[in-house]
Amino acid sequence: MKLAFDLWTFATISAGAFFFLAGTVGLLRFPDTPTRLHALTKADNLGLGLVVLGLLPQADGVLAGIKLVCIWLLVLLAASSVSQLIAATVRRGGGPR
Amino acid sequence: MTPATLFGLCAAALIGVGLYGLIVNPHPLRKIVSFNVIGSGVFLMFGTIARRAAAAGLGGDPVPQALLITGIVVAFSATALAVALVLRLFETTGSLSLAADADDP
Amino acid sequence: MITPVDIGIAILLLGLAVWTAFARAAFAAVAGFIAYGLLLALVWVRLNAHDVALTEAAIGGGLTGALLISAAARMRRIEQATNTERTGLPVRLLAIAASAGVALALSVCVLVLPDPAPSLAHPTVLNQEATGVGNPVTAVLLAFRAIDTLLEAIVLLIALIGVWSLAPERAWGGRPGPRQVADPNGKLAWLARVLAPIGLVAGFYVFWVGADFPGGKFQGATIIASMWLLAQMAGLAEVPPIGRTWLRVGLVAGPLIFIAIGLAGTVTAGAFLAYPVPFAKPLIIAIEMALLPTLVLVLGLLLAGTPAQELSK
Repeated sequence: MKLAFDLWTFATISAGAFFFLAGTVGLLRFPDTPTRLHALTKADNLGLGLVVLGLLPQADGVLAGIKLVCIWLLVLLAASSVSQLIAATVRRGGGPR
Repeated sequence: MTPATLFGLCAAALIGVGLYGLIVNPHPLRKIVSFNVIGSGVFLMFGTIARRAAAAGLGGDPVPQALLITGIVVAFSATALAVALVLRLFETTGSLSLAADADDP
Repeated sequence: MITPVDIGIAILLLGLAVWTAFARAAFAAVAGFIAYGLLLALVWVRLNAHDVALTEAAIGGGLTGALLISAAARMRRIEQATNTERTGLPVRLLAIAASAGVALALSVCVLVLPDPAPSLAHPTVLNQEATGVGNPVTAVLLAFRAIDTLLEAIVLLIALIGVWSLAPERAWGGRPGPRQVADPNGKLAWLARVLAPIGLVAGFYVFWVGADFPGGKFQGATIIASMWLLAQMAGLAEVPPIGRTWLRVGLVAGPLIFIAIGLAGTVTAGAFLAYPVPFAKPLIIAIEMALLPTLVLVLGLLLAGTPAQELSK
């Protein structure tokens, strides 16, 4: 059973790491701010979600697992709000060139 | 080599990098950032000493750790005062230069 | 022993520090510094200093980063125009020599540290029972080195007085910082309404659990102060004018109660800031609860900055 948990952790965290890598490549290679924000949200939502999913079998107890999921939800909340604010600012014409 | 020694050497390098940034950058805000890098390097070195002094079933010596918490808070208050000074300088003179005015008597 | 993660974090840390020294714009350097602060929190966890990790993430990464970012944003416009100073080559060479020398000397010091290391862990654990707290770092902060914590609170107040004293004549006693123009029905306001209750609960939890587990009043106060700042930025709360009586009473009340408990200790237990043993835990809790509002106010006002708006009667 432990082997199954470890394999699950390894597989999902590797997938999460791939999404983080893809998000970073998007940040560096995409032409303007809204597209870069799009790439970054993939990293935050999917990447972090997969990492949390992979860590759930390794947590000590249900409460620790719930805390991990709450961390993911808080990051989602903050990242999505900040992305909206940045995109709105860029659309208005502000922000760095 | 233990993790404590690795991060101690890393801390020494951080203090060096921060010192370079402090001397070379003319922008006052970047001097404050480099000063904070030096400060965090010093704290990290103290943390190495705390980790090496682990005993009595604890993971680290609690007295240096308590002193570190005090140090981080005081460093923040010093940074806040420094940033207020830089902003006031910017508001009154309109420039970011720390160089002495050429036409001052 | 050393894992690849340790080496990776150390390399990233040095890379980010070099970035803050060499980046082109001040804003980029500050962004790198925030990432550096958060990475440093991971290093503290690796060094088994969990309370320090929380403090570094909250104050070192979070509050210092917010302070520097807002300052860098305000100065960004004119940075290109006035940044004509360039440090000459002799100064650069001197700086490289100085930093290399300092780093080398300190590395030698790290490598010749005494082994076995002298430690105060044993005396702390032996005397911790009498204080009634389970977290040894809290016991040190509030019982064995309480004078440090008292003076730290007073240093914060002195820094705040220093920031306030920079106000121009017309703004004396007025509101700090530029007037916020956020829309009370916009996205930032929505975020503030959703996040602030969660942040308050998290802050109080971190404060309360600091007696027996990693946490404490500085970390908890930082989280609560951040929620206050978020509400200010979203236009849902007004920065109070610094001349208000309740503000000044709130700022001074915490250290005053701390000093009063300390003076009571000279009578009841024989020394300043000594606690009579049966009352040690209640007195420690009383000091923490008295200091929490003061810390929230001080940290929030240090971020808000110098008074800049006139106090309209």
